[in-house]
Amino acid sequence: MDTLTTTPSLLRFATAGSVDDGKSTLVGRLLHDTKSILADAYEAVARVSRERGGETVDLALLTDGLRAEREQGITIDVAYRYFSTPRRTFILADCPGHVQYTRNTVTGASTADALIVLVDARYGVVEQTRRHLAVAALLRVPHVIVAVNKIDLLDYAAGPYRSIAQHVQSHAEALGLTNVITVPVSALVGDNVAVRSERTPWYDGPTVLEILETVPSIDEGADAIAAAHRRGIAHPTAADAEAAQVGWRLPVQLVLRPQDAALSPEYREYRGYAGQVAEGTIRVGDDVVVQPSGRRTTVAGIDTATGPLDEAHAGQSIAIRLADDVDVARGDLLSSASDALQPRRTFHAHVAWLTDRPLRVRDRVLVQHGSALVQAMVVAIDGVLDIALPGGTLDASIKPGHELLLNDIGVVELQLAQPLAVEDYGRHRRTGAFVLIDPQDGSTVAAGTARAQAPGLGEDAYLSI
Amino acid sequence: MTDAPAAPTGAPARLTTLDALEAEGIHIIREAVATARKPVLLFSGGKDSVVVLHLATKAFWPGRVPFELLHVDTGHNFDEVIEFRDRTVERLGLRLQVAKVQDYIDDGRLRERPDGTRNPLQTVPLLDAIAGHKYDVVFGGARRDEEKARAKERVVSLRDEFGQWDPRNQRPELWNLYNPKHLPGQHVRVFPLSNWTELDVWRYIEREGIELPSLYYAHERPVFQRDGMWLTPHPSVTVREDDAVETRTVRYRTVGDASCTGAVESPAATLAEVIAEVAATRITERGATRADDRLSEAAMEDRKKEGYF
Repeated sequence: MDTLTTTPSLLRFATAGSVDDGKSTLVGRLLHDTKSILADAYEAVARVSRERGGETVDLALLTDGLRAEREQGITIDVAYRYFSTPRRTFILADCPGHVQYTRNTVTGASTADALIVLVDARYGVVEQTRRHLAVAALLRVPHVIVAVNKIDLLDYAAGPYRSIAQHVQSHAEALGLTNVITVPVSALVGDNVAVRSERTPWYDGPTVLEILETVPSIDEGADAIAAAHRRGIAHPTAADAEAAQVGWRLPVQLVLRPQDAALSPEYREYRGYAGQVAEGTIRVGDDVVVQPSGRRTTVAGIDTATGPLDEAHAGQSIAIRLADDVDVARGDLLSSASDALQPRRTFHAHVAWLTDRPLRVRDRVLVQHGSALVQAMVVAIDGVLDIALPGGTLDASIKPGHELLLNDIGVVELQLAQPLAVEDYGRHRRTGAFVLIDPQDGSTVAAGTARAQAPGLGEDAYLSI
Repeated sequence: MTDAPAAPTGAPARLTTLDALEAEGIHIIREAVATARKPVLLFSGGKDSVVVLHLATKAFWPGRVPFELLHVDTGHNFDEVIEFRDRTVERLGLRLQVAKVQDYIDDGRLRERPDGTRNPLQTVPLLDAIAGHKYDVVFGGARRDEEKARAKERVVSLRDEFGQWDPRNQRPELWNLYNPKHLPGQHVRVFPLSNWTELDVWRYIEREGIELPSLYYAHERPVFQRDGMWLTPHPSVTVREDDAVETRTVRYRTVGDASCTGAVESPAATLAEVIAEVAATRITERGATRADDRLSEAAMEDRKKEGYF
């Protein structure tokens, strides 16, 4: 299909690695080899490299943005980078690798279509690798690329890479990750990053950039395609992907009711429900359930400023008109009627705790879910994930705990002041995701992914899919 | 496993990069407005703020844009830009507030800098205007690709009572869930174009047929070279005796304080030519044209901490 080559699509990806894995160098290498570094930016980095007595240009300096980072030579916050190739444009969330900054990896991974995890070929899989893969599994990042870096320091030997790749795959399997690709690279020299290396004749897979250029993004149906893969269809067609697609969801951001004397008469009675399609495809005439009220109606029209649409796809910002005069407000979730769930008052979720103050039972929080903001209370902490995975799988590695500390990932039960259409994150990425907000100072304290049931209670929990 | 899964043949209609960026920008604007008590857009007539305004017209169609515009006027602006600003406000039926740096200089609250540039002087009038008008959500056209410190800025970014940005204590921003909560006296800055590049902005301007001030396109102008930039004689610029003023064909990549915003030599007189030029350019936007960013490697970070936009 020529649209695949003529209209560049967008891929969001994140990078994660522990200290000194060469992550910033890999990012610098990707930018450099795709000719994304402009002359003055390169000059500035070359100048600083010389001032520090370096012999070669330190590509890592391209991405270390804040003064504290430059002074300490580390990366402390997610930095976003932009580059493109003729095939695609990319948004890169460059995430710091220190244990204490795991919250940034969670942040970067939450919007990522793909995650690159850096592994130092000399040390193989370390605790941070396991942590990053666990985050990828919890957030269901569609594609995980494990870049086994610094192979130049091992004289490009195949053996160490193969044993690390095997280790990665067996660990990924335990996490329920079926989408992990390993690539032997040297970010410093450039092997297999954007250009295939002649020094790794034993590797016939794609380069990191080739993978990034070709994998489907979430908006392109990555979830539906993965579901088709799970059903045993190796090369799904559009029809297979469509069949595997779940219904549609539209969180209502605003009710558009222009009340303006200057407006043309045809819009005097206009009432549109504005939002960004969270998933699926909305078509005019579709049956709709308004959550949490449960009222039913149909889609009368789909509007944009440039004209009406017959259908709207995931990712599009639109407004829809409904056939009946039902009560709909910001915070409501419009849902395809065929698969709409009952709203809930309580639910279980994985929570990545992102702040210094611990989370304890009976703590009050605000749940931000789509466009809804609802008061909630922590009624139970079911346990804390041991990311070393002593139990072999995520669910079997949740140890008892009564509080969550910074960077802990736990399973909690939340009770809501008002019902919300919270769904299983494994099936509904957008309507299964939420953040927790401190009601007192307004800070964001946790990332959450809802699961249908508590761990160990059957196959409905999303990690079991 | 070495095979990367490929997109299915005949994949469902996909969004182009511009479609995706536009949809994201509209989502951000709607989200911020829905939770704001009194939002405002910082509007200079520069291309980025023009694009944010364009997105807002789309976000609230068929109604009009539900917020005011605020311009912090250095008094060093190009006439064409001010004329364009006023015409745009008029066309859309919006209200414009202007905070004037000159007023602060006249009554002694601010002093001119020795180098004559007024960009750093915008901070105080901006913060006073935000407090005075009780704005709680302030839209801006900043993009993360402009500069290294901005690469770490959130889409929705908290500012304290002094308008300060605390880069080490930023809220994590997850999925497309933006947290605009703030305490009395604080406000949030919102950047709908966070994920756009300069080239995306230009391609979008072309796709949407958006009008810009004429000085973005090549024109003949008297200029002289200073610190490697082409400055133009202007009431805000002292032309020294040894400055050789000559007429050249130039255009501007950013519009701002005329005393420190340089033109670039360019024959690009049309949108298509500008896009071709931007696509091929080898110098970043700010490096080529903003003297105040060159002061130090951390220049932008320092000003942002002080509440600069």
